[in-house]
Amino acid sequence: MTYRTQQKITRICWIIGLCALAIPFVFPFIWMLSGALKGQADVFSSASLIPSQIHWSNFSEIFAYQPFARQYFNSLYIAVLVTGLTLFLASMAGYALARLRFSGSALVLLLLISALMMPEEVTIIPNFFLMKKLGLMNTHMPLILLPLFGSQGVMATFLMRQFFLALPKELEEAGRMDGLSRFGVYFKVALPLSRPALSAVGIITFLFSWNLFLEPLVFVNDIELFTLPLALANFTDTYGLPLWHLQLAATALAVIPMLIVYILAQRQIVESFALSGVKG
Amino acid sequence: MSAAIKGPSLTLKAREAISGWLFVSPILTGFMIFFVGPLIAVFYYSTTEWNLLSQQSHFVGMENYVDALTRNDTFWNVLVNSLVFAAGLVPLNMLLALGLALALSRSVRGAVFFRTVFFAPVITSAVAWAIIWTFLLQHESGAVNRALSVIGINGPNWLHEPHWAMASVIFTRVLKTVGLNMILYIAALQSIPRDYTEAARLEGANGWEIFRRITWPLLAPTTLVIMVITVVGSLKVFDHIYLMTGGGPQNATLVLAFYIYEQGFKFFNTGYASALAVILFVLILALTILQTILKAARK
Repeated sequence: MTYRTQQKITRICWIIGLCALAIPFVFPFIWMLSGALKGQADVFSSASLIPSQIHWSNFSEIFAYQPFARQYFNSLYIAVLVTGLTLFLASMAGYALARLRFSGSALVLLLLISALMMPEEVTIIPNFFLMKKLGLMNTHMPLILLPLFGSQGVMATFLMRQFFLALPKELEEAGRMDGLSRFGVYFKVALPLSRPALSAVGIITFLFSWNLFLEPLVFVNDIELFTLPLALANFTDTYGLPLWHLQLAATALAVIPMLIVYILAQRQIVESFALSGVKG
Repeated sequence: MSAAIKGPSLTLKAREAISGWLFVSPILTGFMIFFVGPLIAVFYYSTTEWNLLSQQSHFVGMENYVDALTRNDTFWNVLVNSLVFAAGLVPLNMLLALGLALALSRSVRGAVFFRTVFFAPVITSAVAWAIIWTFLLQHESGAVNRALSVIGINGPNWLHEPHWAMASVIFTRVLKTVGLNMILYIAALQSIPRDYTEAARLEGANGWEIFRRITWPLLAPTTLVIMVITVVGSLKVFDHIYLMTGGGPQNATLVLAFYIYEQGFKFFNTGYASALAVILFVLILALTILQTILKAARK
């Protein structure tokens, strides 16, 4: 056996191994699709991946079962709002922590960093009473305020600070020379330069909000106000048993657009996450 | 420039300070109200007991902690479960992530394709992932047991037998999160200069020796970061448990974050749940401090 063929065989073995490993990562998505297209009776009774009869009606039934379009929209607008607000406030604070010299900035930074890894579960109980007092129960406000000002917002601030620290100062100094205010320099000079960081932080923040589950579960009761994760968890019949065909169809409707975006913007999304991990 | 001419340098400094505070104030104010305040409050709540009948709370001192640590068997059960969960998830996740990263960081044909595949669950919502796996792990007719029966194995009732339920939530959680660690490892591997490994290869070192003597030591900072992130992530796991097992069967998958939710929002034991939240806070704080110390020791 020549060296070449040996190498070829090694490579084929690698690929077979990786394909085998990929099964539990890919297969769930395929079964989700298959289950989503089966009727209530076939979901379990038929072992075949391809439905005997395609039930497109599952998709319309979802909308009859709960206000799914409304819930979809809720998730979307909340995620957009959280992302926009986080990008604005976090980049501004991150800019100040990187560039402006003011007494107390080190303390602010330390305070924020110490919250970087704190899970929502630690503060969820007092936040429940706080939101009650503020009259924000059963509204979307907690789902906007808590990610924005909790560990996610803190992480965004920290990532933006790291980015601004690495940015050369010269352009901003030129902006100062041209008579721009501090805010002007941040907004007109630094912010446009930070597009890569903004898109990375934006992607992570959007996904964080989009996938949020504990907060909607605790703060929202009305089915009209549900977000997608809550809606997906809510497909049960009157006995509390899951309506698998509907649940899987709804899950597919929630997951597939994200997967398409992911495949199209794969590189950028993956790099955003790589950036967020390097922070630590 | 106009500012510099108008006033002495002290006002310039003062102006910068004012701008600085103005810039951080929106996020800082919100952070104080929705994070620091609640954090202080949770310590206070943990020393009180809420009475459902009178709708009032009264001070009980350390009672809730004593309750958790000495009287309540469930608490120790929960702590052990959280430990088992972390002990299962963290090594499995990190080993798999490292293995995948080593296989996929090189420009093997199709590496990008496989990276995309292994990372896909990371961007999928945990709720969706848990729903699909709950479906696949059904006893009689789930896809997993059907596949096992083909090779003659009679699969267990995954989510309804205590040990299998724990194994199932660990396994599916690893699948959900391993892509992120893989990406972090790949980023770290790609930053290792080629010359190092090339030089070792010329010296006649084999693959394992290169990994052990060069790659692994250079990955150490990344390994530390990944370990802390993964341990913290395992401590706050909630969605998976909520959807796949609800903490059962027989509390076999009742972990700390879920227990806090259950006590706080299902049984309304505000004081006790707050004490649990404080314990979670202390655990995570300890991990954060440990990471800082280890990082400092390295430098």
